[in-house]
Amino acid sequence: MIEVKDLKKTFKVARREAGFGEAVKALFHREYELIHALDGISFSIGDGEMVGYIGPNGAGKSSTIKILSGILTPDSGLCTVGGRTPWKERRAHVKEIGVVFGQRSQLWWDVPVIDSFELLKEIYTIPAGTYKKNLSELTEILDLSKIVKTPARQLSLGQRMRCEIAASLLHDPKVLFLDEPTIGLDAVSKLAVRDFIKRRNKDHGTTVILTTHDMQDIEALASRIILIGKGRILLDGTLDDIRRGGEHIDETVAELYKKFDV
Amino acid sequence: MKLYLKYFAIHLKSTMQYKASFFMTVTGSFLTSFTVFLGIFFMFQRFHSVAGFSYEEVLLCYGIMLMGFSVAQMFASGFKVFDSMIANGEFDRILCRPRNEIFQVLAFRIDFVRIGMLLQGIVMLWYALVKCPVDWTFPRALTVALMVIGSSVLFSALFLLDGSVAFFTLQGLEFMNVFTYGANEHGKYPLSIYGKGMLTFCTFVIPYALVQYYPLTYVLGRSDRAWYMLLPIIACLFVVPCWIVWRIGVHRYKSTGS
Repeated sequence: MIEVKDLKKTFKVARREAGFGEAVKALFHREYELIHALDGISFSIGDGEMVGYIGPNGAGKSSTIKILSGILTPDSGLCTVGGRTPWKERRAHVKEIGVVFGQRSQLWWDVPVIDSFELLKEIYTIPAGTYKKNLSELTEILDLSKIVKTPARQLSLGQRMRCEIAASLLHDPKVLFLDEPTIGLDAVSKLAVRDFIKRRNKDHGTTVILTTHDMQDIEALASRIILIGKGRILLDGTLDDIRRGGEHIDETVAELYKKFDV
Repeated sequence: MKLYLKYFAIHLKSTMQYKASFFMTVTGSFLTSFTVFLGIFFMFQRFHSVAGFSYEEVLLCYGIMLMGFSVAQMFASGFKVFDSMIANGEFDRILCRPRNEIFQVLAFRIDFVRIGMLLQGIVMLWYALVKCPVDWTFPRALTVALMVIGSSVLFSALFLLDGSVAFFTLQGLEFMNVFTYGANEHGKYPLSIYGKGMLTFCTFVIPYALVQYYPLTYVLGRSDRAWYMLLPIIACLFVVPCWIVWRIGVHRYKSTGS
Protein backbone atom coordinates (compact mmCIF):
# COMPACT_ATOMS: atom_id res chain seq x y z
CA MET A 1 0.00 0.00 0.00
CA ILE A 2 1.48 3.31 -1.08
CA GLU A 3 0.05 6.48 0.32
CA VAL A 4 1.18 9.88 -0.89
CA LYS A 5 -0.30 13.06 0.45
CA ASP A 6 0.41 16.63 -0.57
CA LEU A 7 4.03 15.98 -1.41
CA LYS A 8 6.07 19.06 -2.18
CA LYS A 9 9.60 19.44 -3.39
CA THR A 10 11.34 22.57 -4.58
CA PHE A 11 14.79 22.71 -6.11
CA LYS A 12 17.07 25.67 -6.23
CA VAL A 13 18.68 25.82 -9.62
CA ALA A 14 21.53 28.15 -10.42
CA ARG A 15 20.98 30.01 -13.64
CA ARG A 16 22.97 32.32 -15.78
CA GLU A 17 22.84 33.78 -19.22
CA ALA A 18 25.03 32.42 -21.97
CA GLY A 19 28.41 33.92 -22.70
CA PHE A 20 31.82 34.19 -21.12
CA GLY A 21 31.17 37.42 -19.25
CA GLU A 22 28.14 35.91 -17.60
CA ALA A 23 30.13 32.84 -16.65
CA VAL A 24 32.68 34.98 -14.88
CA LYS A 25 29.96 36.92 -13.16
CA ALA A 26 28.38 33.69 -11.99
CA LEU A 27 31.57 32.81 -10.19
CA PHE A 28 30.94 35.61 -7.75
CA HIS A 29 27.25 36.01 -7.72
CA ARG A 30 24.71 33.37 -8.49
CA GLU A 31 21.11 33.82 -9.31
CA TYR A 32 18.85 31.06 -8.30
CA GLU A 33 15.57 30.00 -9.67
CA LEU A 34 13.13 27.93 -7.69
CA ILE A 35 11.74 24.95 -9.53
CA HIS A 36 8.66 23.37 -8.09
CA ALA A 37 9.38 19.80 -9.05
CA LEU A 38 6.46 18.56 -7.00
CA ASP A 39 3.74 20.96 -6.12
CA GLY A 40 1.49 19.05 -3.79
CA ILE A 41 0.80 15.64 -5.24
CA SER A 42 -1.41 13.01 -3.65
CA PHE A 43 -2.37 9.52 -4.69
CA SER A 44 -2.73 6.10 -3.21
CA ILE A 45 -1.85 2.81 -4.79
CA GLY A 46 -3.18 -0.47 -3.49
CA ASP A 47 -1.28 -3.74 -3.17
CA GLY A 48 -0.90 -5.57 -6.44
CA GLU A 49 -1.78 -2.62 -8.63
CA MET A 50 0.07 -1.80 -11.82
CA VAL A 51 0.32 1.90 -12.34
CA GLY A 52 1.77 3.81 -15.25
CA TYR A 53 3.27 7.05 -14.10
CA ILE A 54 3.56 9.28 -17.11
CA GLY A 55 4.30 12.85 -17.99
CA PRO A 56 6.63 14.89 -20.17
CA ASN A 57 10.33 15.30 -19.39
CA GLY A 58 10.91 17.34 -16.29
CA ALA A 59 7.38 16.89 -15.01
CA GLY A 60 8.48 15.46 -11.68
CA LYS A 61 8.34 11.75 -12.42
CA SER A 62 11.80 10.87 -11.28
CA SER A 63 11.53 13.12 -8.23
CA THR A 64 8.50 11.12 -7.18
CA ILE A 65 10.25 7.82 -7.80
CA LYS A 66 13.28 9.04 -5.87
CA ILE A 67 11.12 10.04 -2.92
CA LEU A 68 9.26 6.74 -3.00
CA SER A 69 12.51 4.81 -3.06
CA GLY A 70 14.03 6.76 -0.18
CA ILE A 71 16.74 8.60 -2.11
CA LEU A 72 15.18 12.03 -1.80
CA THR A 73 13.60 13.80 1.15
CA PRO A 74 10.62 15.99 0.25
CA ASP A 75 10.10 19.49 1.65
CA SER A 76 6.70 18.67 3.03
CA GLY A 77 3.92 16.15 2.74
CA LEU A 78 3.37 12.58 3.77
CA CYS A 79 4.39 9.41 2.06
CA THR A 80 4.24 5.86 3.30
CA VAL A 81 5.09 2.65 1.52
CA GLY A 82 3.84 -0.40 3.39
CA GLY A 83 3.46 1.74 6.50
CA ARG A 84 7.01 3.10 6.37
CA THR A 85 8.23 6.55 5.51
CA PRO A 86 10.96 5.85 2.94
CA TRP A 87 13.42 8.60 3.85
CA LYS A 88 13.13 7.95 7.57
CA GLU A 89 13.63 4.21 7.58
CA ARG A 90 15.76 3.87 4.50
CA ARG A 91 17.32 0.50 5.13
CA ALA A 92 14.15 -1.29 6.23
CA HIS A 93 12.28 0.31 3.37
CA VAL A 94 14.64 -0.60 0.54
CA LYS A 95 14.51 -4.25 1.50
CA GLU A 96 10.90 -4.25 0.41
CA ILE A 97 11.34 -2.55 -2.92
CA GLY A 98 13.08 -3.27 -6.18
CA VAL A 99 14.24 -0.50 -8.48
CA VAL A 100 15.19 -0.81 -12.12
CA PHE A 101 16.66 2.23 -13.81
CA GLY A 102 16.51 1.53 -17.53
CA GLN A 103 19.49 3.72 -18.26
CA ARG A 104 21.81 2.49 -15.54
CA SER A 105 23.10 -0.90 -14.69
CA GLN A 106 23.38 -2.52 -11.33
CA LEU A 107 25.32 -5.48 -12.66
CA TRP A 108 29.06 -5.72 -12.35
CA TRP A 109 30.54 -5.02 -15.69
CA ASP A 110 33.42 -7.46 -15.86
CA VAL A 111 32.16 -10.53 -14.07
CA PRO A 112 29.51 -13.11 -14.99
CA VAL A 113 25.99 -12.01 -14.14
CA ILE A 114 25.61 -14.83 -11.66
CA ASP A 115 28.37 -13.27 -9.54
CA SER A 116 26.38 -10.06 -9.34
CA PHE A 117 23.37 -12.08 -8.22
CA GLU A 118 25.43 -13.81 -5.55
CA LEU A 119 26.61 -10.45 -4.29
CA LEU A 120 23.05 -9.14 -4.14
CA LYS A 121 22.13 -12.20 -2.13
CA GLU A 122 24.63 -11.07 0.49
CA ILE A 123 23.69 -7.40 0.29
CA TYR A 124 20.04 -8.13 0.93
CA THR A 125 20.84 -11.08 3.24
CA ILE A 126 18.50 -13.33 1.31
CA PRO A 127 18.21 -16.76 2.96
CA ALA A 128 19.85 -19.50 0.86
CA GLY A 129 16.57 -21.35 0.26
CA THR A 130 14.67 -18.28 -0.86
CA TYR A 131 17.54 -17.21 -3.08
CA LYS A 132 17.70 -20.58 -4.78
CA LYS A 133 13.97 -20.69 -5.33
CA ASN A 134 13.80 -17.14 -6.70
CA LEU A 135 16.84 -17.59 -8.87
CA SER A 136 15.57 -20.75 -10.51
CA GLU A 137 12.16 -19.19 -11.05
CA LEU A 138 13.58 -16.01 -12.56
CA THR A 139 16.07 -17.95 -14.65
CA GLU A 140 13.32 -20.03 -16.10
CA ILE A 141 10.81 -17.30 -16.85
CA LEU A 142 13.31 -14.75 -18.11
CA ASP A 143 15.24 -17.43 -19.98
CA LEU A 144 18.55 -16.56 -18.36
CA SER A 145 20.16 -19.99 -18.11
CA LYS A 146 22.43 -19.38 -21.10
CA ILE A 147 23.47 -15.86 -20.21
CA VAL A 148 24.09 -15.80 -16.47
CA LYS A 149 27.60 -17.12 -16.94
CA THR A 150 28.50 -14.31 -19.35
CA PRO A 151 30.09 -11.08 -18.13
CA ALA A 152 27.57 -8.24 -18.23
CA ARG A 153 29.68 -6.23 -20.66
CA GLN A 154 29.23 -8.90 -23.33
CA LEU A 155 25.43 -9.00 -23.13
CA SER A 156 23.13 -7.31 -25.56
CA LEU A 157 20.93 -4.57 -24.17
CA GLY A 158 17.89 -6.85 -24.18
CA GLN A 159 19.70 -9.64 -22.38
CA ARG A 160 21.11 -7.19 -19.90
CA MET A 161 17.73 -5.71 -19.14
CA ARG A 162 16.35 -9.17 -18.40
CA CYS A 163 19.22 -9.67 -15.98
CA GLU A 164 18.65 -6.25 -14.43
CA ILE A 165 15.03 -7.09 -13.76
CA ALA A 166 15.98 -10.44 -12.28
CA ALA A 167 18.58 -8.69 -10.11
CA SER A 168 16.01 -6.36 -8.64
CA LEU A 169 13.58 -9.17 -7.84
CA LEU A 170 15.89 -11.62 -6.10
CA HIS A 171 14.90 -10.35 -2.67
CA ASP A 172 11.15 -10.71 -3.28
CA PRO A 173 10.25 -7.02 -3.14
CA LYS A 174 6.62 -6.15 -2.64
CA VAL A 175 6.92 -3.04 -4.77
CA LEU A 176 8.78 -2.75 -8.04
CA PHE A 177 9.74 0.60 -9.53
CA LEU A 178 10.57 0.50 -13.20
CA ASP A 179 12.09 3.62 -14.67
CA GLU A 180 11.88 3.31 -18.45
CA PRO A 181 12.49 -0.43 -18.51
CA THR A 182 12.10 -0.82 -22.25
CA ILE A 183 14.22 2.10 -23.38
CA GLY A 184 16.35 1.15 -26.34
CA LEU A 185 15.11 -2.42 -26.56
CA ASP A 186 14.17 -4.21 -29.76
CA ALA A 187 10.60 -5.40 -30.33
CA VAL A 188 11.18 -8.96 -29.16
CA SER A 189 12.94 -7.90 -25.96
CA LYS A 190 10.27 -5.32 -25.24
CA LEU A 191 7.57 -7.96 -25.49
CA ALA A 192 9.53 -10.33 -23.30
CA VAL A 193 10.00 -7.68 -20.62
CA ARG A 194 6.34 -6.66 -20.71
CA ASP A 195 5.15 -10.25 -20.52
CA PHE A 196 7.37 -10.90 -17.59
CA ILE A 197 6.24 -7.86 -15.63
CA LYS A 198 2.64 -8.79 -16.20
CA ARG A 199 3.25 -12.31 -15.07
CA ARG A 200 5.17 -11.24 -12.00
CA ASN A 201 2.31 -9.00 -10.98
CA LYS A 202 -0.23 -11.75 -11.44
CA ASP A 203 1.71 -14.57 -9.76
CA HIS A 204 3.30 -12.66 -6.88
CA GLY A 205 0.94 -9.73 -6.49
CA THR A 206 3.91 -7.38 -6.84
CA THR A 207 2.88 -3.75 -6.99
CA VAL A 208 4.40 -2.22 -10.10
CA ILE A 209 5.01 1.45 -10.70
CA LEU A 210 6.23 2.18 -14.15
CA THR A 211 7.51 5.38 -15.69
CA THR A 212 7.97 5.37 -19.40
CA HIS A 213 7.64 7.39 -22.55
CA ASP A 214 6.67 4.31 -24.48
CA MET A 215 2.90 4.35 -24.54
CA GLN A 216 2.74 0.76 -25.71
CA ASP A 217 4.27 -0.17 -22.36
CA ILE A 218 1.41 1.59 -20.68
CA GLU A 219 -1.14 0.03 -22.95
CA ALA A 220 0.21 -3.44 -22.31
CA LEU A 221 0.82 -3.13 -18.61
CA ALA A 222 -0.92 -0.43 -16.73
CA SER A 223 -4.56 -0.65 -15.87
CA ARG A 224 -4.25 2.68 -14.17
CA ILE A 225 -2.53 5.86 -15.28
CA ILE A 226 -1.31 8.79 -13.27
CA LEU A 227 -0.42 11.77 -15.41
CA ILE A 228 1.86 14.36 -13.92
CA GLY A 229 2.83 17.72 -15.35
CA LYS A 230 4.51 20.76 -13.84
CA GLY A 231 4.61 19.05 -10.50
CA ARG A 232 0.89 18.43 -10.26
CA ILE A 233 -1.24 15.41 -10.87
CA LEU A 234 -3.37 16.16 -13.88
CA LEU A 235 -5.18 12.93 -14.23
CA ASP A 236 -5.61 9.70 -12.34
CA GLY A 237 -7.69 7.07 -14.02
CA THR A 238 -7.83 4.12 -16.34
CA LEU A 239 -6.70 4.02 -19.90
CA ASP A 240 -10.29 3.90 -21.06
CA ASP A 241 -11.04 7.12 -19.21
CA ILE A 242 -8.71 9.10 -21.41
CA ARG A 243 -9.50 7.37 -24.64
CA ARG A 244 -12.26 8.42 -26.86
CA GLY A 245 -11.85 5.33 -28.96
CA GLY A 246 -10.15 4.34 -32.14
CA GLU A 247 -7.13 6.57 -32.18
CA HIS A 248 -3.55 5.59 -31.44
CA ILE A 249 -2.42 5.73 -27.83
CA ASP A 250 0.45 8.09 -28.60
CA GLU A 251 -2.01 10.58 -30.06
CA THR A 252 -4.22 10.34 -27.03
CA VAL A 253 -1.35 11.16 -24.74
CA ALA A 254 0.00 13.92 -26.95
CA GLU A 255 -3.43 15.47 -26.93
CA LEU A 256 -3.58 15.23 -23.16
CA TYR A 257 -0.23 16.98 -22.84
CA LYS A 258 -1.51 19.70 -25.13
CA LYS A 259 -4.77 20.04 -23.29
CA PHE A 260 -3.03 20.54 -19.95
CA ASP A 261 -0.37 22.66 -21.57
CA VAL A 262 2.57 20.75 -20.10
CA MET B 1 32.70 -8.68 6.82
CA LYS B 2 31.55 -11.67 4.84
CA LEU B 3 29.92 -9.30 2.43
CA TYR B 4 33.13 -7.32 2.11
CA LEU B 5 34.97 -10.51 1.22
CA LYS B 6 32.40 -11.14 -1.50
CA TYR B 7 33.00 -7.70 -2.89
CA PHE B 8 36.71 -8.35 -2.60
CA ALA B 9 36.40 -11.54 -4.62
CA ILE B 10 34.42 -9.77 -7.33
CA HIS B 11 36.98 -6.98 -7.56
CA LEU B 12 39.75 -9.51 -7.80
CA LYS B 13 37.92 -11.35 -10.57
CA SER B 14 37.24 -8.10 -12.42
CA THR B 15 40.86 -7.04 -12.14
CA MET B 16 42.07 -10.39 -13.35
CA GLN B 17 40.00 -9.96 -16.50
CA TYR B 18 42.72 -7.60 -17.61
CA LYS B 19 45.85 -9.35 -16.43
CA ALA B 20 48.38 -7.64 -18.65
CA SER B 21 47.07 -4.23 -17.80
CA PHE B 22 47.06 -5.13 -14.13
CA PHE B 23 50.66 -6.23 -13.98
CA MET B 24 51.84 -3.29 -16.01
CA THR B 25 50.06 -0.83 -13.75
CA VAL B 26 51.41 -2.57 -10.65
CA THR B 27 54.90 -2.26 -12.06
CA GLY B 28 54.23 1.37 -12.85
CA SER B 29 52.97 2.01 -9.36
CA PHE B 30 56.08 0.35 -7.96
CA LEU B 31 58.39 2.35 -10.19
CA THR B 32 56.73 5.65 -9.39
CA SER B 33 57.37 5.26 -5.71
CA PHE B 34 60.78 3.79 -6.49
CA THR B 35 61.88 7.05 -8.09
CA VAL B 36 60.94 8.80 -4.88
CA PHE B 37 63.18 6.38 -3.09
CA LEU B 38 65.97 7.14 -5.54
CA GLY B 39 65.49 10.81 -4.77
CA ILE B 40 66.08 10.16 -1.11
CA PHE B 41 68.99 7.85 -1.89
CA PHE B 42 70.87 10.34 -4.04
CA MET B 43 70.27 13.12 -1.64
CA PHE B 44 71.84 11.16 1.15
CA GLN B 45 74.84 10.47 -1.08
CA ARG B 46 75.61 14.17 -0.73
CA PHE B 47 74.26 15.09 2.66
CA HIS B 48 74.62 12.52 5.32
CA SER B 49 71.77 13.64 7.43
CA VAL B 50 68.70 15.80 7.15
CA ALA B 51 68.00 17.85 10.24
CA GLY B 52 69.71 15.21 12.31
CA PHE B 53 67.99 12.20 10.75
CA SER B 54 70.09 9.59 9.03
CA TYR B 55 69.33 7.80 5.75
CA GLU B 56 67.99 4.69 7.47
CA GLU B 57 65.82 6.73 9.79
CA VAL B 58 64.27 8.62 6.93
CA LEU B 59 63.60 5.36 5.11
CA LEU B 60 61.91 3.99 8.20
CA CYS B 61 59.72 7.06 8.31
CA TYR B 62 58.90 7.03 4.61
CA GLY B 63 58.31 3.26 4.54
CA ILE B 64 55.69 3.63 7.22
CA MET B 65 53.96 6.54 5.54
CA LEU B 66 54.04 4.88 2.14
CA MET B 67 52.48 1.72 3.55
CA GLY B 68 49.73 3.71 5.20
CA PHE B 69 49.15 5.71 2.05
CA SER B 70 49.01 2.70 -0.24
CA VAL B 71 46.66 0.80 2.07
CA ALA B 72 44.34 3.80 2.05
CA GLN B 73 44.69 4.15 -1.74
CA MET B 74 43.81 0.52 -2.14
CA PHE B 75 40.81 0.28 0.15
CA ALA B 76 39.41 3.80 0.31
CA SER B 77 39.73 4.64 -3.36
CA GLY B 78 35.94 4.61 -3.72
CA PHE B 79 36.03 8.08 -2.21
CA LYS B 80 38.53 9.22 -4.80
CA VAL B 81 36.01 8.59 -7.56
CA PHE B 82 33.08 9.64 -5.45
CA ASP B 83 32.31 12.76 -7.49
CA SER B 84 31.73 10.59 -10.55
CA MET B 85 29.62 8.18 -8.49
CA ILE B 86 27.31 11.06 -7.74
CA ALA B 87 27.33 12.26 -11.33
CA ASN B 88 26.47 8.92 -12.89
CA GLY B 89 23.82 7.96 -10.35
CA GLU B 90 25.81 5.19 -8.74
CA PHE B 91 25.20 6.80 -5.39
CA ASP B 92 21.43 6.63 -5.95
CA ARG B 93 21.86 2.92 -6.44
CA ILE B 94 23.77 2.74 -3.18
CA LEU B 95 20.95 4.50 -1.38
CA CYS B 96 18.54 1.90 -2.79
CA ARG B 97 20.34 -0.87 -0.99
CA PRO B 98 19.91 -1.91 2.61
CA ARG B 99 23.49 -1.34 3.67
CA ASN B 100 25.54 1.42 5.17
CA GLU B 101 26.53 4.04 2.59
CA ILE B 102 30.16 4.36 3.63
CA PHE B 103 30.55 0.63 3.56
CA GLN B 104 29.17 0.47 0.06
CA VAL B 105 31.41 3.23 -1.22
CA LEU B 106 34.42 1.48 0.31
CA ALA B 107 33.37 -1.79 -1.27
CA PHE B 108 32.63 -0.15 -4.60
CA ARG B 109 36.24 0.11 -5.55
CA ILE B 110 39.32 -1.74 -4.44
CA ASP B 111 42.40 -0.56 -6.21
CA PHE B 112 44.59 -3.63 -6.35
CA VAL B 113 47.28 -2.01 -8.45
CA ARG B 114 48.42 -0.10 -5.37
CA ILE B 115 49.98 -3.34 -4.31
CA GLY B 116 53.08 -2.18 -6.18
CA MET B 117 53.34 0.83 -3.95
CA LEU B 118 52.60 -1.22 -0.85
CA LEU B 119 55.36 -3.63 -1.79
CA GLN B 120 57.78 -0.75 -2.10
CA GLY B 121 56.78 0.45 1.35
CA ILE B 122 57.26 -2.99 2.84
CA VAL B 123 60.71 -3.42 1.30
CA MET B 124 61.78 0.00 2.47
CA LEU B 125 60.48 -0.55 5.96
CA TRP B 126 62.10 -3.95 6.18
CA TYR B 127 65.44 -2.55 5.07
CA ALA B 128 65.21 0.28 7.57
CA LEU B 129 64.21 -2.04 10.39
CA VAL B 130 67.30 -4.12 9.80
CA LYS B 131 69.70 -1.24 9.29
CA CYS B 132 68.51 1.23 11.89
CA PRO B 133 70.65 1.22 15.01
CA VAL B 134 67.64 0.71 17.19
CA ASP B 135 67.32 -1.63 20.09
CA TRP B 136 64.11 -3.37 19.01
CA THR B 137 62.07 -3.83 22.12
CA PHE B 138 58.48 -4.98 22.02
CA PRO B 139 56.97 -1.51 22.67
CA ARG B 140 59.04 -0.07 19.84
CA ALA B 141 57.96 -2.74 17.38
CA LEU B 142 54.39 -2.20 18.49
CA THR B 143 54.78 1.51 17.89
CA VAL B 144 55.85 0.90 14.30
CA ALA B 145 52.79 -1.30 13.77
CA LEU B 146 50.55 1.37 15.29
CA MET B 147 52.11 3.99 13.05
CA VAL B 148 51.31 1.94 9.96
CA ILE B 149 47.74 1.37 11.10
CA GLY B 150 47.31 4.95 12.22
CA SER B 151 48.54 6.39 8.94
CA SER B 152 46.28 4.03 6.95
CA VAL B 153 43.30 5.23 8.94
CA LEU B 154 44.34 8.86 8.73
CA PHE B 155 44.80 8.78 4.96
CA SER B 156 41.49 6.93 4.55
CA ALA B 157 39.78 9.60 6.66
CA LEU B 158 41.23 12.24 4.37
CA PHE B 159 39.91 10.40 1.32
CA LEU B 160 36.53 10.27 3.03
CA LEU B 161 36.70 14.02 3.56
CA ASP B 162 37.84 14.50 -0.02
CA GLY B 163 34.88 12.44 -1.24
CA SER B 164 32.42 14.32 0.97
CA VAL B 165 33.42 17.57 -0.69
CA ALA B 166 31.70 16.26 -3.83
CA PHE B 167 28.33 16.62 -2.05
CA PHE B 168 28.84 20.36 -1.88
CA THR B 169 30.64 21.16 -5.11
CA LEU B 170 29.52 18.35 -7.42
CA GLN B 171 33.10 18.03 -8.51
CA GLY B 172 35.93 16.92 -6.29
CA LEU B 173 38.22 19.71 -5.36
CA GLU B 174 41.77 19.40 -6.50
CA PHE B 175 42.97 21.40 -3.56
CA MET B 176 42.08 18.50 -1.26
CA ASN B 177 44.97 16.65 -2.85
CA VAL B 178 47.28 18.96 -0.97
CA PHE B 179 46.30 17.06 2.14
CA THR B 180 46.32 13.55 0.72
CA TYR B 181 49.02 13.31 -1.93
CA GLY B 182 50.86 16.30 -0.55
CA ALA B 183 51.01 14.78 2.89
CA ASN B 184 52.39 11.56 1.51
CA GLU B 185 54.93 13.59 -0.38
CA HIS B 186 56.32 15.58 2.51
CA GLY B 187 55.68 12.75 4.93
CA LYS B 188 58.85 11.22 3.50
CA TYR B 189 60.84 13.14 6.06
CA PRO B 190 60.16 13.50 9.75
CA LEU B 191 57.89 16.50 9.97
CA SER B 192 60.16 18.45 12.30
CA ILE B 193 62.48 19.32 9.41
CA TYR B 194 59.85 21.66 8.01
CA GLY B 195 59.93 23.91 11.03
CA LYS B 196 57.76 24.63 13.98
CA GLY B 197 54.74 26.09 12.18
CA MET B 198 54.33 23.06 9.97
CA LEU B 199 54.74 20.73 12.90
CA THR B 200 52.04 22.54 14.86
CA PHE B 201 49.70 22.40 11.85
CA CYS B 202 50.33 18.69 11.44
CA THR B 203 49.74 18.11 15.12
CA PHE B 204 46.52 19.96 15.70
CA VAL B 205 44.82 20.53 12.35
CA ILE B 206 45.53 17.44 10.31
CA PRO B 207 47.28 15.14 12.74
CA TYR B 208 50.00 13.65 10.56
CA ALA B 209 52.63 14.28 13.16
CA LEU B 210 50.77 11.98 15.53
CA VAL B 211 51.33 8.99 13.28
CA GLN B 212 54.73 10.07 12.12
CA TYR B 213 57.03 12.47 13.95
CA TYR B 214 56.23 11.92 17.63
CA PRO B 215 56.08 8.12 17.66
CA LEU B 216 59.13 8.07 15.41
CA THR B 217 61.19 9.96 17.96
CA TYR B 218 60.16 7.38 20.51
CA VAL B 219 61.09 4.48 18.23
CA LEU B 220 64.48 6.01 17.47
CA GLY B 221 65.19 6.61 21.11
CA ARG B 222 65.22 10.39 20.76
CA SER B 223 62.44 10.71 23.23
CA ASP B 224 61.69 8.80 26.41
CA ARG B 225 58.01 9.55 26.38
CA ALA B 226 56.52 6.11 26.02
CA TRP B 227 53.03 7.56 25.67
CA TYR B 228 54.04 8.79 22.23
CA MET B 229 53.40 5.27 21.05
CA LEU B 230 49.70 5.77 21.66
CA LEU B 231 49.44 8.92 19.57
CA PRO B 232 48.63 7.04 16.33
CA ILE B 233 45.50 5.75 18.07
CA ILE B 234 44.52 9.29 18.97
CA ALA B 235 45.14 10.35 15.36
CA CYS B 236 42.44 7.87 14.34
CA LEU B 237 39.91 10.15 16.02
CA PHE B 238 40.34 12.37 12.99
CA VAL B 239 37.81 10.05 11.34
CA VAL B 240 35.08 11.58 13.50
CA PRO B 241 35.00 15.10 12.01
CA CYS B 242 35.36 13.63 8.51
CA TRP B 243 32.46 11.33 9.20
CA ILE B 244 30.36 14.27 10.41
CA VAL B 245 31.08 16.17 7.19
CA TRP B 246 30.04 13.06 5.28
CA ARG B 247 26.77 12.79 7.23
CA ILE B 248 25.97 16.42 6.53
CA GLY B 249 26.75 15.78 2.88
CA VAL B 250 24.46 12.75 2.67
CA HIS B 251 21.72 14.70 4.36
CA ARG B 252 22.12 17.54 1.92
CA TYR B 253 22.20 15.15 -1.01
CA LYS B 254 18.94 13.60 0.06
CA SER B 255 17.29 16.97 0.17
CA THR B 256 18.63 18.31 -3.11
CA GLY B 257 19.04 15.17 -5.13
CA SER B 258 22.13 16.49 -6.79
